[in-house]
Amino acid sequence: MNRYPLWKNVTVIVAVVLGLLYTLPNFFGEVPAVQVSSVKATIKIEPKLLSRIEDVLKAAAIPNNGLFADTNSIRVRLADTDAQLKAKDAIEKALNPDPSDASYSVALNLLSASPQWLSGMHALPMYLGLDLRGGVHFLLQVDMKGALTKRLDATAADLRSLLRDKTVRHAGIGRDGQAVVIKFRDAETQAKARDVILDTQPAAMAGKATQADLVIAESAEGGDFRLTLTLSEAAQKRVQEMAVKQNIGTLHNRINELGVAEPVIQQQGADRIVVQLPGVQDTAKAKDILGRTATLELRMVDDEASANPAVMELAAKGQPPVGTEYYVERGGRGLLVRKQVMLTGERLTDAQPGFDNQSHEPAVHLTLDSAGARVFKDLTRENVGKRMAILLVEKGKGEVVTAPVIRSEIGGGRVQISGRMSTVEANDVALLLRAGSLAAPMEIIEERTIGPSLGADNIKKGFDSTLWGFTAIATFMVAYYLLFGLVSVLALSANLLFLIALLSLLQATLTLPGIAAIALTLGMAIDANVLINERVREELRNGSTPQAAITAGYERAWGTILDSNVTTLIAGIALLIFGSGPVRGFAVVHCLGILTSIFSSVVVSRALVNLIYGRRRKLAALSIGQVWKPGVETK
Amino acid sequence: MEFFRIRKDIPFMRHALVFNVISLITFVLAVVFLATKGLHFSVEFTGGTLMEVGYSQPPDLEKLRSKLVADGFSDPQVQNFGSSRDVLIRVPIAKDTESAKVGERVMASLTGTAEAAANPPQLKRVEFVGPQVGKELASDGALALLLVVIGIVIYLAIRFEWRFAVSAIIANLHDVVIILGFFAFFQWEFSLPVLAAVLAVLGYSVNESVVVFDRVRETFKKTRGMTTPEVLNHAITSTISRTIITHGSTQMMVTSMLIFGGAALHYFALALTIGILFGIYSSVLVASPLVMWLGVSREQFAAPKKEKAEGVAEDGACV
Repeated sequence: MNRYPLWKNVTVIVAVVLGLLYTLPNFFGEVPAVQVSSVKATIKIEPKLLSRIEDVLKAAAIPNNGLFADTNSIRVRLADTDAQLKAKDAIEKALNPDPSDASYSVALNLLSASPQWLSGMHALPMYLGLDLRGGVHFLLQVDMKGALTKRLDATAADLRSLLRDKTVRHAGIGRDGQAVVIKFRDAETQAKARDVILDTQPAAMAGKATQADLVIAESAEGGDFRLTLTLSEAAQKRVQEMAVKQNIGTLHNRINELGVAEPVIQQQGADRIVVQLPGVQDTAKAKDILGRTATLELRMVDDEASANPAVMELAAKGQPPVGTEYYVERGGRGLLVRKQVMLTGERLTDAQPGFDNQSHEPAVHLTLDSAGARVFKDLTRENVGKRMAILLVEKGKGEVVTAPVIRSEIGGGRVQISGRMSTVEANDVALLLRAGSLAAPMEIIEERTIGPSLGADNIKKGFDSTLWGFTAIATFMVAYYLLFGLVSVLALSANLLFLIALLSLLQATLTLPGIAAIALTLGMAIDANVLINERVREELRNGSTPQAAITAGYERAWGTILDSNVTTLIAGIALLIFGSGPVRGFAVVHCLGILTSIFSSVVVSRALVNLIYGRRRKLAALSIGQVWKPGVETK
Repeated sequence: MEFFRIRKDIPFMRHALVFNVISLITFVLAVVFLATKGLHFSVEFTGGTLMEVGYSQPPDLEKLRSKLVADGFSDPQVQNFGSSRDVLIRVPIAKDTESAKVGERVMASLTGTAEAAANPPQLKRVEFVGPQVGKELASDGALALLLVVIGIVIYLAIRFEWRFAVSAIIANLHDVVIILGFFAFFQWEFSLPVLAAVLAVLGYSVNESVVVFDRVRETFKKTRGMTTPEVLNHAITSTISRTIITHGSTQMMVTSMLIFGGAALHYFALALTIGILFGIYSSVLVASPLVMWLGVSREQFAAPKKEKAEGVAEDGACV
């Protein structure tokens, strides 16, 4: 007889119930919300903050629909967008009394309106991709060569102070392509310098030269003694990995400052970073903040040359003296700055906009870390009366923000830069510096912006396609296969249910191609049921009894269903491996859909057929439409 | 209802040569179109900037274009998209400019006219793709295709016989080439979703061949005294009803996408439609004759194959 053992029936029922539960959140829609998260590492989201926000809202007489806290943010559900905007302003004012020094980012967001017990069991609505909800997508390419040169520049600076500390006299240190070259006047100092440098490298001392960061090569050609240092392969790899990590961290900070709810910042491949900012419409601002690779450099001004009008004239034409670069200061005066970098933005711990105490000009107050503070102290002590230049370097182009004369030694690591900046500029510079410098320059190599109305439109189009396609298939199946057709349609509905539940559960990103994949998967999944139904008919045609026909039909069709799904799955997996962006969204849904369709079209539909026919001992006929037998003309 | 009342096996194999010649001609035509006209690749592959701009009144496209040219964009394409009020603008990659900013510059150019004040453009979508990404996508696409082909050949060779694997893949690659031929001939835009559709079709129509081959194997095992063409005829005839109904159902869904899916899904659905139509033809009328030419016979499904039936279930559990 066609009966399922209890466990199989239970499996089907459990699967359907779970499917319903996890599909449910998608029907509740979303409500406006305000999301508060911390932008400073020192400030944590605490339960105290929750009650504080509640009080703020009460004081402002804005009703809310519940506050939710998780480890890094607090979200407030609100009745409508009006209340949402009001609440944002009220919270912003209360939490960030000083807008230039914000501790929290307050952002507008959408939250699922599903009841809490559902959210509690991780039943969340499907995660919509940017093409469905609107927003910006960037793909950034990290310049790995840039990371290496930056590291080598830093190494050169370190070596310079190392050799000075150990009183080893050299005839110049500089980066030459992908190597640091140190020149000496005699072989003795060359050897001494080599030992000093080796001392700083424990791996090289232990005889594991391959694990050392720096590979040292000596050369002496006709009185020209050199040490050429290059980064070992392992070190290069490490530098590059660190560069991507640091850039991601920096992007996080910058995006936090933008106040975007649920940003996605991920590494893709070895040297790329994906940034997705849902809901952001002002792409220019976002791109500006992201793309700016600002870092600070402190260099000395070549005062003598700068004072010489003849040299300056040549320099302005693009022929500066060796070892210097020509810059135009804000305000239009040109000056020559030495190429040697004394200090970089990496030594910064904080940057805040403010005002100069004496001149009341807008200024940026910088705080250096201890190593930076020491370097700065030495630098200012040794160069009293000289000018230093503070350069803001963006995309490889430097700009001299200010070039003050050093009046006395400055200790304590507190530096102020001011000089013909507007308040807005001071704010921007501070933000960029505070958000951290990028370890390597980045370039936007892919950008997608989708307006919110287009997103809603895409959802509607995808939904309509699926709905009408499904209706057409359902109508046909029921007309052609009668009760078995109905069973097939129910199995297909179960497939849709499982697929959506699975997508919600995995929080896989649903995109428009993803919706297309749902539709296509449903269109293909019906194949399994057609196969089964045709087989059952064929068995009946060959004279089997109804019960035997069901058994044989399902069993014989199974092998074919499996084969055909595996080939489709191979194509899906290839897409998943090699696809990116929209294709990936398609592939994920396609693959999941194939798996759910095998289950629903075979197991679920069989359970239903068993339920309907399985218990009847004397079954005369099956409701599977007309079964035509050759030679027997039936009406 | 029963659409297919077939008394005798239809002698498909008698006309095998004709079918193969027909497909050879379409195939060659498709290759010729691909070679002469080439595919009209979307921005995703070529790199460049694509923008969708909405207006409240239908704008004069020619004016928009000349304005863009006047503002220094080389060879911008301006066309309607969906409705007369939606405009699609494509700007190819220029070497000297900072490509990531093209979107903003185009908008600035569009809003900077007298007409724009009365009929302001509204930015709906920007897509910028750098040149390196485009190249990668093309090579990734080719790799994906290769992986699908290899995967399917291996699977079919294990489950069936190498003859089946080879003919199935030839038949279905012929579909892929024909889809591409259509896209080349009509200069439809070949975008990433279309690539996805092409690969999905490949998997889907191979499964068509699999259903027929499954029957061939079964018939070989069950009946004796039938010649190979007869076996093939029988297999095709007994699965033809399922073939048409399944493809019809899938096509209903795809047609629905074609009607309701809007411009974004248009070419995706179109590629699927061609793929499904040619999929039926090729898997039935190309793959089967190929198997015959390759010399399939009963001996290849002799006794040891019987155990395979149990192997199936194990395979299934693995999957």
